[in-house]
Amino acid sequence: MAVIRDVMAAFELYQPSSVADAQKLLEQHGPDAWVLAGGLDSLDWLKDRIRKPKAVVDLSGIAELRGVRTTNDGNDGIEIGAMTTLTEVVNHPVIKQKYGLLAESAELVASPQIRNQGTIGGNVSQDTRCWYYRGGWPCYRAGGNICYADTPEGRNREHAILHADRCVAVNPSDSAPALIALDAKFVVRTPKGERVVDAEDYFIGPDIDITRLHILQPGDLLTAIRIPSTWARAQFYFEKVRDRNVWDFPLMNVASAMVTSGDRIERIRIAVNGAAARPLRLKAVEDAVRGQPRNTATGEMAGRLAVQGAVPLQFNAYKIPLMRNLVKRAVSGVEEATWAS
Amino acid sequence: MAERVSSKAMQDVQEEGVLKAVSRRDFIKGVISSGVAVSSAGYLFRASSILHGQQLAAGVGERLITLNVNGQQRRVDVMKQETLAWTLRYKLGLTGTKLGCDRAECGSCSVLIDDIPHYSCSVLTHTVRGRKVLTIEGLAAEDGTLHPVQQGVIDEQGFQCAFCMPGFIMTAVGFLKTNPNPTRRELAHGVSGNLCRCQDYDKILTALMRGAENMRRSSLG
Repeated sequence: MAVIRDVMAAFELYQPSSVADAQKLLEQHGPDAWVLAGGLDSLDWLKDRIRKPKAVVDLSGIAELRGVRTTNDGNDGIEIGAMTTLTEVVNHPVIKQKYGLLAESAELVASPQIRNQGTIGGNVSQDTRCWYYRGGWPCYRAGGNICYADTPEGRNREHAILHADRCVAVNPSDSAPALIALDAKFVVRTPKGERVVDAEDYFIGPDIDITRLHILQPGDLLTAIRIPSTWARAQFYFEKVRDRNVWDFPLMNVASAMVTSGDRIERIRIAVNGAAARPLRLKAVEDAVRGQPRNTATGEMAGRLAVQGAVPLQFNAYKIPLMRNLVKRAVSGVEEATWAS
Repeated sequence: MAERVSSKAMQDVQEEGVLKAVSRRDFIKGVISSGVAVSSAGYLFRASSILHGQQLAAGVGERLITLNVNGQQRRVDVMKQETLAWTLRYKLGLTGTKLGCDRAECGSCSVLIDDIPHYSCSVLTHTVRGRKVLTIEGLAAEDGTLHPVQQGVIDEQGFQCAFCMPGFIMTAVGFLKTNPNPTRRELAHGVSGNLCRCQDYDKILTALMRGAENMRRSSLG
């Protein structure tokens, strides 16, 4: 039984009932504020007393942030409120029928209880799982000047093989690559107004800001995720590789949406997470396989291309063949793919 | 404070002249209804001393709120940073809900909130105002008849040490509300967020399957 160190450090809890009120509170408290969605990532930080915000703003009472709506932008897409739980996403009939990739990815997150409480907005905005960082070590990401994972002795089996820059942590989200493959747009409410960004631009690497995995600044809120109908009912592929079948974060995952004509790949979007500090949209792979037949040779070419430039750390070299094979399976289909080391 | 209340309860019982006639279980129940559970007196005491430290340190105290727990309106003082598991165990004396990891991993603290299984260690108590909380203590009928899933667990002797049992049962009851006739595999997926340190999963699943069958039968009858 885990040692219960203590209760969380005291904070003031605010429970606004509208986005406008939440924003006022965030503005008022600035960097002392903490946004609480499902709480599953947040409470770890607070219980471990690594983060001690003075004001916690709980979004669970804001009705406008919940639920799935159809959008009226003429393209018959959907808008998912950021506080919609993962279970609601998994069970939603339209998401299941038309955007099954998202439902599949959300169902592979953590455990049933976590999906019952964890939100889609929280899943894409959660912090990295690097245990040095989460353990409160003063690393680059925590504002220090060292990476404890990127040393010869550092435990870095779960860390990055691509685009590392001082920090080698990875993004742990399962739904993020699915949303990138579906060409989703993220709606962000900032003090200056509303901003809509492409899913892949919501996430940032250490080269842009080493202390955050996403673009949200203090005072900003992710309010909704819009999925256009562009990839509705496309051929989807999602695979998550993890150590345990429940609860675990991905060692790596892959998501793709594809439209074929005959045996040719007409259109494709593909993204991988667990390889870098942000989920990676593999544009080079998309360009290379477009117009090609959907077969093993194309899949192998895609896999080789995907891992170009990958640099392993001491204990994560396995991620290179893992990523190669996941991309290969996503492009050529599992029945076509054979397992290669 | 705990001590004072329990001795007062003892006094009440003695004054009524029924001490010899009541069983140990009835006696403990009597003490619980007077506000403090003997078995959790130490816990309650601990909670209040930690709370005291918090108040001194931060000047942020408790707030009196009303929670709907097991069909009852319970008035309770709750800190802003308090988790539901903490409130249930250490403020309300509902120690059937267990705290294992306190990190949303093991499932021992599972309770139903508006019929949906949640890890109560990872819910702030202030966020469940106006919602219905159901713990293992609230599962049996008023006349003491066990819930069909509890009966299934007893019939199949599903658990070894049973520390994880309340969590498993609450999760299973919540899952069966959405899927009353699951396959063994589906049920395993439904309770996959609960861990058993005794590795007794096979028997647990057999017991919960029996519970599901009991539930279907009782709703038919």
